[in-house]
Amino acid sequence: MEYRVRFYVNNEPIELSVPANRTLLSVLREDLALTGTKEGCGAGECGACTIIMDGKAVNACLILAPELDGKHIETVEGLANGSELSPLQESFIEHMALQCGFCTPGMLMSAESLLRENPHPTRAEIVDAMSGNLCRCTGYKKIVEAIEAVAEKGVYEK
Amino acid sequence: MKVVGTSVERLDAVKKVTGTAQFADDIQFSRPLFAQVKRSPYPHAKILRIDTSKAKALEGVRCVITGDYYKKRSGLYLEDKNFLAVGTAKFRGEPVAAVAAESKEIAEEACRLIEVEYEELPAVFDALEGMKPDAPLIHPDLHTYKVAPIFYPQKGTNISHHYVLRKGDPDKAFAEADRVFDNSFYIPHVQHVPIEPHACTAQYMPDGELTIWAACQSPFAVRRALAETFDFPLNKIRVISKAVGGGFGCKAGTTLEGIVIPLAMLCPGRPVKLTYTREDEFQYAYVRQGLHIRIQTAVRKDGKIIGSRNTLAWDGGAYTEYGVNIVKAAGWGCVGPYDIDNIATDSYCVYTNHPVGGPYRGFGMSEIHFAIEQNLDMVANEMDISPLDIRRINGIREGGISATGQKIEVAGYQECLERAAQLLEYDKPCEPSGSPTKLRGKGLAGGWKAPSMPTDVASSVIIRMNEDGTFVLLCSCHDMGQGSDTVMAQIAAETLTVDPSKITVRTGDTDHTPYEWQTVASRSTYCAGNATKLAAEDLRNKILEVAQIKLGTWKNDLYLEDGYVCRKFYPDMKVPMSTFALGLSLPDQSGIAGPMIGVGSFTVPNNIAADIKTGLSPKPVAFWTMGVNGAEVEVDTETGKIKVLKMVSVFDAGKVINPQMYEGQAEGAMVQAMGTALYEELKLDHGRVMNPSFVDYKIPTFDDMPELVVEAVEKAEPTGPYGARGIGEIVMVPGAPAIANAVANAIGCRFLRMPLTPDVVLAALREKNKKQ
Repeated sequence: MEYRVRFYVNNEPIELSVPANRTLLSVLREDLALTGTKEGCGAGECGACTIIMDGKAVNACLILAPELDGKHIETVEGLANGSELSPLQESFIEHMALQCGFCTPGMLMSAESLLRENPHPTRAEIVDAMSGNLCRCTGYKKIVEAIEAVAEKGVYEK
Repeated sequence: MKVVGTSVERLDAVKKVTGTAQFADDIQFSRPLFAQVKRSPYPHAKILRIDTSKAKALEGVRCVITGDYYKKRSGLYLEDKNFLAVGTAKFRGEPVAAVAAESKEIAEEACRLIEVEYEELPAVFDALEGMKPDAPLIHPDLHTYKVAPIFYPQKGTNISHHYVLRKGDPDKAFAEADRVFDNSFYIPHVQHVPIEPHACTAQYMPDGELTIWAACQSPFAVRRALAETFDFPLNKIRVISKAVGGGFGCKAGTTLEGIVIPLAMLCPGRPVKLTYTREDEFQYAYVRQGLHIRIQTAVRKDGKIIGSRNTLAWDGGAYTEYGVNIVKAAGWGCVGPYDIDNIATDSYCVYTNHPVGGPYRGFGMSEIHFAIEQNLDMVANEMDISPLDIRRINGIREGGISATGQKIEVAGYQECLERAAQLLEYDKPCEPSGSPTKLRGKGLAGGWKAPSMPTDVASSVIIRMNEDGTFVLLCSCHDMGQGSDTVMAQIAAETLTVDPSKITVRTGDTDHTPYEWQTVASRSTYCAGNATKLAAEDLRNKILEVAQIKLGTWKNDLYLEDGYVCRKFYPDMKVPMSTFALGLSLPDQSGIAGPMIGVGSFTVPNNIAADIKTGLSPKPVAFWTMGVNGAEVEVDTETGKIKVLKMVSVFDAGKVINPQMYEGQAEGAMVQAMGTALYEELKLDHGRVMNPSFVDYKIPTFDDMPELVVEAVEKAEPTGPYGARGIGEIVMVPGAPAIANAVANAIGCRFLRMPLTPDVVLAALREKNKKQ
């Protein structure tokens, strides 16, 4: 059985017919060719596919496509404004908070969601919010520092 | 130096933060077919019958293959591997058939419809068992396999390589020693766990051309292995590797390619794609080999080690085409960074019915150092010498001799040791934990590693100058996160006196980027870096050749500065380098010389293979990189949980090309080492992987991150580009034993096996309390 869903990805309206067993991750990667969102495990364990849905960071591999009706999805492709990078993207580069880059989109989306909710997190709050995102290259230190640097600048204050 | 030694921004950074870096599974193909694999449910079984008729009849299935379709064996050093089992399946999960279909779901259904009849065979699940004379033979025809001349398979056994090292007179040393020690350790299988699973697509064209897009560290080595297996001339097979989402060794050899290629050959024009799930990755990708290691140590009463006997039995798994070289490398490095005159080492590569062992960051060194460095602390403890002093006494110094008899010209070990001890405040007790049940301790461990590769492997780099004075650097060492693209740009920029932003680096296409043996062994900065420097120097020389005409002088009067060709005598007379990008136009509008292209080819000079009988060689490797990790831990004696509070990393990197990237390598490596020390083990039960998920195979998370301190000692490597040597792997090597030594310091228990999980720690504490 197929479901008709209308939703937004990075503010663009999308209308699709999807079978019940499709995930948001496969819709993004296969139907919409938005391959910035990565599949690391397909089971909600690694965070590589983290996106923001209606303001909350979630694993796209755990969202079934029929749930998407009316939802607002933000992916890594929506972070930059044209070629103007977001503060977190800039900071990740400056702090070299990436190596292979495969976990990076998910890291950025989790961090983005955190700072929108809590513009000045403590280190413990950063670690807690990011603990669902796995990285095998960096040892995490530079990622934490990159997020802290953005928080210190206060750019997410409302 | 203006560029080398500075933290230049990663060339791939913007692509990676915007999600536009393209990884193997991201490539969009038109009309792809999807591959799926039917796998053996038994660790060792004879295949009696395979019936693919129902699968073939399924709507949407385009082709089905079994091992009979392509029987030729493959292998990097030892041709022992079939991509699809032929006759017998040798590990649980070995491919026995494969399908290409119009959708993943159809391919999976087709696999379910393939009927296979097996006869189970007795199996081997331990290297020591596999070495016994009556052990079931896993490769009865081993002696007929094609093998590189530096490996010695033993006919009629499961031993695919036996490396022998005999230096000095160990028997005499043990007879003369004041104290003799005998300790054995076990290092279980672990996995690389890159966050990007393996992925590969192959497309075969009706004109006979084959293209492979793979998440691949070593496109040229893969091309050659595949060309030999599938009978392609090298000019008809093209391997393309895009961004690689972490490798750590597991994407170095051939992996999925051999499954999708025969399927693609049966479906000309259609791309055939296979991407591993995480569960596949844990069960079927390369693993780090398990190791039984016994170390006997002969020590003089002043703490000087005069003799060492080592027996290493490696669990190579079902195929050891790559694993044999790890076994050899471990033999070369067998006593760690210590100067010992008398050594006897036997390193055995043993077939078992376990998943296939392959290269893992450190290539044997992390495994043996877990034993070497704990053994040192155990010896020191027994002899009432401090762990620091026993390393001062025995640690290698300049002019010292390696296990194979190589004179070590540059050795920063002692400096690293002193600095790491300072950073850890090793001479001071730990700050109190504030709880009587939380005990703290500190530990140190040293280590070394060489780029252990065949002695004659090659690298090449091409640098093309564009009309505007920018450059395109073509190489095939592959950036899988370690930052080689940026390093190559920095080396070229330094030589050409331009900003690194003027250099674009392109890699990973065997048709368009020049030959590189492999991106492994911490060899890229050194080997590809040397080739880059040679290419840049060649380009500089070519520019000066034409510039001397334009500037009315001869080239020895000329030099490059900030992108200009300048005259030594008249520094104001300078011309932008770009003037010569396409050669030189003469006043009559004729031209000479043509476009400027620099070429660099590099092979390590004077590397010599080890002797078959003694294992000795005066220079089997280009250099040794060495250094020290320190760790401070807190052990909760009620729960057995170990928390690593702090780790320090000091290595003699030679000239550090990019300090921020060096830090990143060292930080990541410490946390990866911590994972192996505390959490990680691929649990195998009769060949079955029992924990194929991130829930059951825990890798470190944000929450586990200790305080990380990184420094470098920079003793220049005379043969390295701008004095650099490789560091990507060694920075992980002493991490796990440093933690184990810290735990022993905290609670007085020694752990001869990884990982130090809470149940193991609690059991040891109970045992200790019983004795007291």
